[in-house]
Amino acid sequence: MEVKAEFLNVTVSRGSGDGVYQEAFQVPAYDNQTVLDVVSWIQQNVDPTLTYRFACRVGMCGSCAMMVNGQPRWTCRTHVKKVSTNQKLKIEPLRNLPVIKDLVADMDPFFGKWVEAEGVHHPTRTRYEPIEQIDPQDAARTTANEGIECINCAVCYAACDTVTNNADYLGPAALQRAWTVYNDVKDADKSAILDAVSGKGGCHSCHSIGSCTHYCPNELNPMQAIAGLKRATSKSFFKKGR
Amino acid sequence: MKRPARTHPLWLAYILHRLSGLILALFLPVHFYVLSQAITNPALLDGFLKFAEIPVVKVAEYGLVFLLAVHMFGGLRLMALEWLPWTAPQKTLAAGAVGAAFFLSTIFFLQAV
Amino acid sequence: MDIRLYMAQRLSALVMAPLVLGHIAVMIYAVQSGITTAEILGRTQGSILWFLFYGTFVLAVSVHAAVGVRVILNEWLGIKGNTLNLLSWAIGIGLLLLGGRAVLAVTFL
Repeated sequence: MEVKAEFLNVTVSRGSGDGVYQEAFQVPAYDNQTVLDVVSWIQQNVDPTLTYRFACRVGMCGSCAMMVNGQPRWTCRTHVKKVSTNQKLKIEPLRNLPVIKDLVADMDPFFGKWVEAEGVHHPTRTRYEPIEQIDPQDAARTTANEGIECINCAVCYAACDTVTNNADYLGPAALQRAWTVYNDVKDADKSAILDAVSGKGGCHSCHSIGSCTHYCPNELNPMQAIAGLKRATSKSFFKKGR
Repeated sequence: MKRPARTHPLWLAYILHRLSGLILALFLPVHFYVLSQAITNPALLDGFLKFAEIPVVKVAEYGLVFLLAVHMFGGLRLMALEWLPWTAPQKTLAAGAVGAAFFLSTIFFLQAV
Repeated sequence: MDIRLYMAQRLSALVMAPLVLGHIAVMIYAVQSGITTAEILGRTQGSILWFLFYGTFVLAVSVHAAVGVRVILNEWLGIKGNTLNLLSWAIGIGLLLLGGRAVLAVTFL
């Protein structure tokens, strides 16, 4: 990589709670450079105490998401040139989550809601029975497949205005997970899922704003998954009266 | 913290739906009160209907009709998205087309008055 | 919003969709010759059909607006719990009373 004689002006959010402040850095600009490269350069060359998360660096693990110039991004797959036209970068921890320190958001509420949304497997068989054969062309399986590439990066959660306005709302990722498990032929407790997403902060709180789908780095469609849950819960409402 | 860019069409559809609904809900009590004067106080209702003939007020009325139409079509779009197994772009386009058609026809009718 | 509020919101909306179209059609028709109290009453007074049309409309809109404003009060003003329930009921019942009086005034009173 060739070093250009120019720099990026980077503002990074530091600290946590009442002690949050913005710190400015000058980072050498390269032809090919991701936002995560920029953060790592600061940590390795200027301030080793800068705290941030990453693991795989290839868009598989979902740990490096941050707000970049006000928008949620997976930083390891986001090129600086795509998000900054004037050599300026503003990097902050994910929106809608508490901050632990610097660029590290507390993911507990996010993963807690996955469990609350009943996005867990309810087995149809025990380990002593033969494995169930699944037809990959099956309609329900095809629908389930649409959501399985979620990497839990919480970009959708940070993008969602309904999450901001309604602390109870389970959010796009958890609800998409519930819809995926609901469509899994190997899942034995569909009604537990429908009950879990029908409460106060369930799928009915969604206003179909579509920021989740707009920002999802894996191009999934949580908004459509949530619409699926609304349809399924409405059907069961007419059948069972609740 | 800076908020994510909201200039995508569905966010605009959301805010239009919410604000039109809110304004209609605020307008309703006034609307009901004025109509309920028809028998007990016809002079007040007639006075109000005269007031409604002023061009500026006409424009405001046109605004209300538009808000009603756009809230209805926006709502139908939402219900289509939620209850019919369509794909997203189709829904947006269909709702947009109907909405635009209705918008134009309303203008036409009010012009024809 | 839970499933009951959601169904109340969506079902009242479904009821209203044709009524809104009818209402707009009436407005466009009536506005052409100018609206007066006598004109409105001439159209509506003693009519069971108009009473049912606007009676249903008022009932549905009371439910719909109460749920809709409830969501806005919660999301934008942070109102919760009993206060939120109380306000929602007050909005619904208030609109029903005001609207019911207006419908009766132009049809049967």
